[in-house]
Amino acid sequence: MTRGKAVEVFNVTKRFGDYLALDQVSFTIHENEFFTLLGPSGCGKTTLLRMIAGFETPSEGAISLFGTEIATLPPHKRHVNTVFQSYALFPHMTLEQNIAFGLENLGWDKARRQARVAEMLEMVHMTPFARRRPAQLSGGQRQRIALARALAPEPKVLLLDEPLSALDLKLRQAMRDELRELQRMTGITFIFVTHDQDEALDMSDRICVLGKGQIQQIGTPSEIYEEPENRFVADFIGETNFLEAEVIAVEGATARVRTAFGFEITTFQKGLTGPGRATLSLRPEKIGMEDQAAGNLLTGTVSAKNYMGGYTHYTVDTPAGVLRVSRRNAVSQAQSYEIGREVRLGFRDDSARVLAQ
Amino acid sequence: MSTQHDVRHYPGAGLVTWAFFLWLYAPIAVVIWFSFNENRLVSVWSGFSTKWYAAALENDALLGALRTSLTVAVTATVVATLVALSAAMVLTRHADLKFRRLSETVVNLPLLLPEIVIAVASLILFSQIGFTNGLARLIVAHSAFCTPFAFLPIRARLAGMSADYEEAAQDLYAAPFTAFRRVTFPLILPGVFAGAMLAFVISMDDFITSNMLNTGGTTTLPVYIFSLIKKGTTPELNAISTLLILASLIIATLALAISARAMRRG
Amino acid sequence: MRGFRFWGLVPAWGLMVATLMVPLVIVALVSVAERGAYGGFAWAFTLEPYKEILFSEDWDGNLVFDPKYLAIIGRTLALAAATTAICMALALPVAYVIATRTPRMKAALIYLVTLPFWVSMIVRVYAWLIILGNDGVVGRAWAALGGEGTLLFTSGAMLVGMVYSYIPLMVLPVFAAIEKLDPALLEAGADLYASRWTTARRVILPLTWPGLAAGAILVFVPALGTVLEPMLLGGGKQMMMGTLIQSQFGGARNWPFGAAVALVLMAMVVLVLIANARRAMRKEARA
Repeated sequence: MTRGKAVEVFNVTKRFGDYLALDQVSFTIHENEFFTLLGPSGCGKTTLLRMIAGFETPSEGAISLFGTEIATLPPHKRHVNTVFQSYALFPHMTLEQNIAFGLENLGWDKARRQARVAEMLEMVHMTPFARRRPAQLSGGQRQRIALARALAPEPKVLLLDEPLSALDLKLRQAMRDELRELQRMTGITFIFVTHDQDEALDMSDRICVLGKGQIQQIGTPSEIYEEPENRFVADFIGETNFLEAEVIAVEGATARVRTAFGFEITTFQKGLTGPGRATLSLRPEKIGMEDQAAGNLLTGTVSAKNYMGGYTHYTVDTPAGVLRVSRRNAVSQAQSYEIGREVRLGFRDDSARVLAQ
Repeated sequence: MSTQHDVRHYPGAGLVTWAFFLWLYAPIAVVIWFSFNENRLVSVWSGFSTKWYAAALENDALLGALRTSLTVAVTATVVATLVALSAAMVLTRHADLKFRRLSETVVNLPLLLPEIVIAVASLILFSQIGFTNGLARLIVAHSAFCTPFAFLPIRARLAGMSADYEEAAQDLYAAPFTAFRRVTFPLILPGVFAGAMLAFVISMDDFITSNMLNTGGTTTLPVYIFSLIKKGTTPELNAISTLLILASLIIATLALAISARAMRRG
Repeated sequence: MRGFRFWGLVPAWGLMVATLMVPLVIVALVSVAERGAYGGFAWAFTLEPYKEILFSEDWDGNLVFDPKYLAIIGRTLALAAATTAICMALALPVAYVIATRTPRMKAALIYLVTLPFWVSMIVRVYAWLIILGNDGVVGRAWAALGGEGTLLFTSGAMLVGMVYSYIPLMVLPVFAAIEKLDPALLEAGADLYASRWTTARRVILPLTWPGLAAGAILVFVPALGTVLEPMLLGGGKQMMMGTLIQSQFGGARNWPFGAAVALVLMAMVVLVLIANARRAMRKEARA
């Protein structure tokens, strides 16, 4: 399937005084895609979003929207809309007036405006609240109106700046599904900024992991989690154990390495070219314990245990270092291992990843 | 909980506070009280009368001074508010501005310098450049010292208002001036109003500058009252003062009520 | 809109340059000019006006030290300092009591503190003229208690008027500082065996200090240049710098001397402001 290019970011650099917020960033977002910019705070993701919206100008580089260069256009001349983290609903206007605001500025006539406002209110299930003011709404309702207001002018791209961060946990989960549904329904390209990896993994078609002002990896949620490009991504997304390894041979996408446990394994690698030192990344849920131990086997002693409800987290001391292992509590009286007990662990070659150091 | 163990309670502080408020309002009450004195001597009470109010309202010199004061105050308020609004917009919305601190100090300069020095300085300048129109001299000088009073509430309101609203307006295709007219201005209106009220009262009350620049034809209300005091205290003076007190209190209450309501809504 | 960055500030700068900065430069020039024959001045460069502050000519035309203007400067400083100190002492308990009321009561009391400030300064000073006069409430009480002479036209009368004029400028910042105090701090003080007064001295006062310092600037600076209180309550006999300057542009008409005194007053105010700015910067550096 070939899709059009909605947004192209080409070699964009942004400096604030001496501080380099973004360093030579390039990527392409496709039409009708739910694209997420994910990273820790200060990674430049909000700056990137604000440059696409027009609130910041790149120090260098180009940004195009459906083939038109927009990097220097003021925000009111770009056909993109933003859902603000604070929602920024105009407090002196009713919900209707808020939604109609963009349409008025675009010069829509009254009848068309009214029809569109009604349609938008209907879409977010807020029709009975049309004449209310933002102060009279709950957090979730404000969120919906912010979405309706931003979608009303039929933007080519919708920008969402951590829109769920102000909501409580339960509501956040529900809004994820609503947002995803809204994106499918409207077919508009969504660019979503978040620091919450669960949100990113759950909602996105593709995720762009940003760190230290640079792109660390772009890929589907499973690619990002299962095939991290480097240590930063493996560390930032989910939890993992990093172990030292000695590369024996690299053969294309795979490498043979000697692990700190003494045995050798062959598995997928990223960023290696030949023999030398490397890092082995091993996710806690991919290590089997006792009855579930399979593949490469080793033993260790349980030194800490954290019961988390759905699963239990064990910290196991092995001769090669400390490993964190998670075990699902699948049955009600799941086997539990006390601190001090010696346990058998095991993992398969292909559940580990070899990364450059 | 008994007050005995309330650690926040300080014996005597309440008494001081009551005495303080009594002291704060007693002089004003005395002025108002004696304005209804029938006697010619201010402090010798001999009966209730409103005749001094009647005398005040027929006093042409007083009405002339009131007219001068209003003309100057209204014009200076408009000028000061516009100047302050424009400066506040720039100073609160451009954090990276060069000379930002310096510009803020310049706008607030009349608050930092002794008024008598500014008044003398204006007098010397105006007489040097041959600027002799009395009313125009007052308007220019008042506009300058009213500006910081208009500026502070406007700036506070703008600083307290998230820049997100303006960005949202521009994101929804409003050109900068449309964004200002339809979003920023309505949201800071209580601040603008409070600033304008403050500027108006400050101009109406001014004595030092108005007295220094007075050319004879442009006596303002406080300058006129001063000349009356110099001639001796009279109940008519109390009646005039009472009217002025009432006007000030009404304007102050109005301004405070409007900004308080806006705060609650915001 | 980018141009607005520049043009938006032009009116403010223009107004302040034209009505404050240029005039102040001219005052500085006049303060070293010669006195005109019929008032006004003649351009020149002489330090005569400044010398006049300290010296006067005797019968033989020799300059001799004359402390009469120095006394006025001293009185100005003393009265401004006393006003500031009394305002501080008064504002602390009042602001504390207000800050510990319910929110509604708090708003009402703060409104009552600010309200007199909106009343014309001249009316407020006039009120004290009536009260302190020989026929006034306080004046008669004074006489009945066997007090000598009149209360008016004394430094005491001026001081009362100045405290009355400037007290709201002290109460408001002190109130703001006390209101920010966490009530748990007082409880913590009591919990750690401090008496009320020890808590006041070692917890409340240090934490209220920034408010007191801000109030002190707000009161002291305008008190230095005050005019109405010495003119009406001091009766023109007890001069302060403000009235001294004013008189040089009125009856006595020695503009260069008036300009010189004005510059001395300016210098005093600027010194206070610089000291305050340095204090604020030191605090910022520590934080």
